[in-house]
Amino acid sequence: MSNILKDPIQIRFSGAGGQGLITAGVILAEAAMMDGRNVVQTQTYGPEARLGSSRAEVIISKGTIAYPEVTSPDVLLCMSTEAAKKYGAKCTPETVVIFDSTNIGPEFTSPGRVFRLPITETAIKVGTKVVANTVALSVLNSLVPVVPRETLAAAIAARVPSKFRELNQRAGEAGEQLAAGLLATSA
Amino acid sequence: MSKKRLIQGNEACAHAALYAGCNFYAGYPITPSSEVMEILSYELPKLGRTFIQMEDEIASISAIIGAAWGGAKTLTATSGPGFSLMQEGLGYASITETPCVIVNCQRWGPSTGQPTKGAQGDVMQSIWGTHGDHAIIVVTASTVRDAFDMTVKSFNFAQQYRVPVVLLMDEVLAHMRENIDWPEPGDIEVIEAKRPADIKSYKPFANDEFLPFGQGARYHITGLAHGAEGFAVSDEAAARELKRMVGKVLDHTRELALHDRYLLDDAELAVISYGITSRPAQSAVDLLRARGVRAGLLSLKTLWPFPDFLIREVADHVDTIVVPELNMGQLVREIERAAGGRCRVIPVSRIDGHLLTPAQIAESASAPREPAIGTQGGKVVHA
Amino acid sequence: MSDNYRKFLRTSQLPHVWCPGCGDGMIVKALLEAIGELNLDQNKVAVVSGIGCSGRTPFILDFNTMHTTHGRALAFATGIKLANPELRVVAIMGDGDASAIGGNHFIHACRRNLDLTALVFNNGIYGLTGGQLAPTTPVGKRSTTSTAGSIEQPFDLVRLALGAGFVARTTSFDHKQLTSYIKRAILHKGFSFVDILTSCPTYFGRMNDVAEPYDMVHYLRDTSSPLHDCTCGESDQPKTELMPTGIFREEERADYEALYKQKIAAAGGKRSAS
Repeated sequence: MSNILKDPIQIRFSGAGGQGLITAGVILAEAAMMDGRNVVQTQTYGPEARLGSSRAEVIISKGTIAYPEVTSPDVLLCMSTEAAKKYGAKCTPETVVIFDSTNIGPEFTSPGRVFRLPITETAIKVGTKVVANTVALSVLNSLVPVVPRETLAAAIAARVPSKFRELNQRAGEAGEQLAAGLLATSA
Repeated sequence: MSKKRLIQGNEACAHAALYAGCNFYAGYPITPSSEVMEILSYELPKLGRTFIQMEDEIASISAIIGAAWGGAKTLTATSGPGFSLMQEGLGYASITETPCVIVNCQRWGPSTGQPTKGAQGDVMQSIWGTHGDHAIIVVTASTVRDAFDMTVKSFNFAQQYRVPVVLLMDEVLAHMRENIDWPEPGDIEVIEAKRPADIKSYKPFANDEFLPFGQGARYHITGLAHGAEGFAVSDEAAARELKRMVGKVLDHTRELALHDRYLLDDAELAVISYGITSRPAQSAVDLLRARGVRAGLLSLKTLWPFPDFLIREVADHVDTIVVPELNMGQLVREIERAAGGRCRVIPVSRIDGHLLTPAQIAESASAPREPAIGTQGGKVVHA
Repeated sequence: MSDNYRKFLRTSQLPHVWCPGCGDGMIVKALLEAIGELNLDQNKVAVVSGIGCSGRTPFILDFNTMHTTHGRALAFATGIKLANPELRVVAIMGDGDASAIGGNHFIHACRRNLDLTALVFNNGIYGLTGGQLAPTTPVGKRSTTSTAGSIEQPFDLVRLALGAGFVARTTSFDHKQLTSYIKRAILHKGFSFVDILTSCPTYFGRMNDVAEPYDMVHYLRDTSSPLHDCTCGESDQPKTELMPTGIFREEERADYEALYKQKIAAAGGKRSAS
């Protein structure tokens, strides 16, 4: 991955309601704010987010962010086949695309640079699929270092209830390892 | 240094109300405004102030008007369907010159429409919704920090002019999170209503001085046409009073005309926008500038009283005004009227529940005029 | 009979708008006597009304007065009381005002139990708009929108209000009882309601063969009866067609302000004055 981060950087989280993607978006936004940058976070909201597909977007910049929604994602996370179908194609060849291979089969493709990782499966190994969003965030930030890893860890710790802090910490580490393994193989 | 916080538009609105000294909230839950109410339901009691959930929106606005005369700084928040129900109370607040703030997080309508989709379809209703000529102030916000500032300003205007103030937000801003520099006490001016010097001789409708119930001046408040003391007057006097009330707002158009200017000084093309649409409008100006078009942006924060003078100034210096809105063309009619043929005015509408994109606005600027329903030209953009 | 009600009249606004023979004036006198006997601070009394003949009451009362919109008196009163709990707030409504257009506010105010007093001037018809059918018009009675007689089951406002802590009914001609009920209602901590059967000779009377004010008073007398004579008994269901009068409910429970103060204390706050 390039260490020169785009500015502004546009990140889209997509999946099913209940996967905690809006929380993931908020945590990344908080981390970016802690890092001294400006941030806008939007989402699909309401019954749509509870029953069907769910989407959160984050735009991060050192400058002013006028238009608040993602026009062309630099990073796309897909956690469900529905999301892969809906957003997989809306990418450029430069978009870093992360597919949760636990839920998305190899038949789903994207014009972007696709990374397939068993995010939900990893979360289950850590303890519960509820932390799949933390694993995903960690994977994302390992592949594209949006914020320093300590900042992300601090943002996660600040957002989750104290009794789940340790669980989420492990989920974060598992995500880092997952991405590290992939980077090692692809290197 | 003030601390930074990542918050939603609705959170900003609720906390700004507390900042402005709001000590009474009455409301009824409705998407996408409910967070304002939820936050105030636990923040107000902490401060010893009043929160009450009413049985509907008519009761909500009635309660905040009553509370204002009880001496409170009052707020309610709602969305389209609830705002429709509040028109009765808005008229009463206007004729009784009651300071109160109504936040309307606009959603796609009419009727139940699309509760979780943003829109800007309530502009005309905010200005003209209640029956009869009346005094009202309508303002908007386009960023989360703006939502904070404009909430405080709404309270200020309400207190200063003794009128209901409508703050138009929308679903996108209501739920959008942005980092803001949290205002410290004193950073934003908070204005209180003028109190009468002599309580005994207080007349509730003589001027902008405001004295609540229970302070020793026993007076009468009514929704009927009335004179300075709140009692019936001749037809001529009633007409004079109505003129005075409406004039309170219209005669202060310049002081009330809050707005932002962006790259307007040398512009040959101006985008005039308000609320959330000012966001893509600003990006569209950047896009056009990159293409060599001298574009600029006038972002209106005050929609009523309508700042004709600002539009005229812009229209005198540009060839084209582009007016993007998330409706089928509402404020563009005022802009077209104020521009008075000095330049061409192109409306751009989007009504599928999504924001106009910068590209859509930029393209419309150079597009030939196409007839569209509800507009006098321009185009309705679809996804 | 005491004459101390006069000091509460806003004499500049007299004469009032009511028709000769209207019962509303008698109710106003009872209200003012009750306030006088309770020695309430005139500056701390707020009287709020809706729209209709009864809505004109606050004009002639020298208190903090508010004439609001049709049906909403209790919603406005809720705001006034919560913003300034020091005020004694009396809401005056007509029967259509309280139970048709304001029915929702009425039942919720009963349930919510704010320390308010609601008086309904119940004449069984819409007076100010010209004698139309009300939700309280008895079956068979005529109005300008039911010239052949009403076919609708009317509301019994007392039964509608049983969520409240103090619920009573009397008539405008039983002056002593009316004054005493209003006093008890004002003293009651929490929401109190008095349904006051009163006369509209102009519309109800003329449309229903009781046009003379004197006959209207007889009509009220003959169509109502003290509770214990109505055999409301265990079934809580009057066996006759008479309107029972009396105190139906008088039960102390924590009022909204008391509970709200607890909520504030639990949140670590202290009640602030507006």
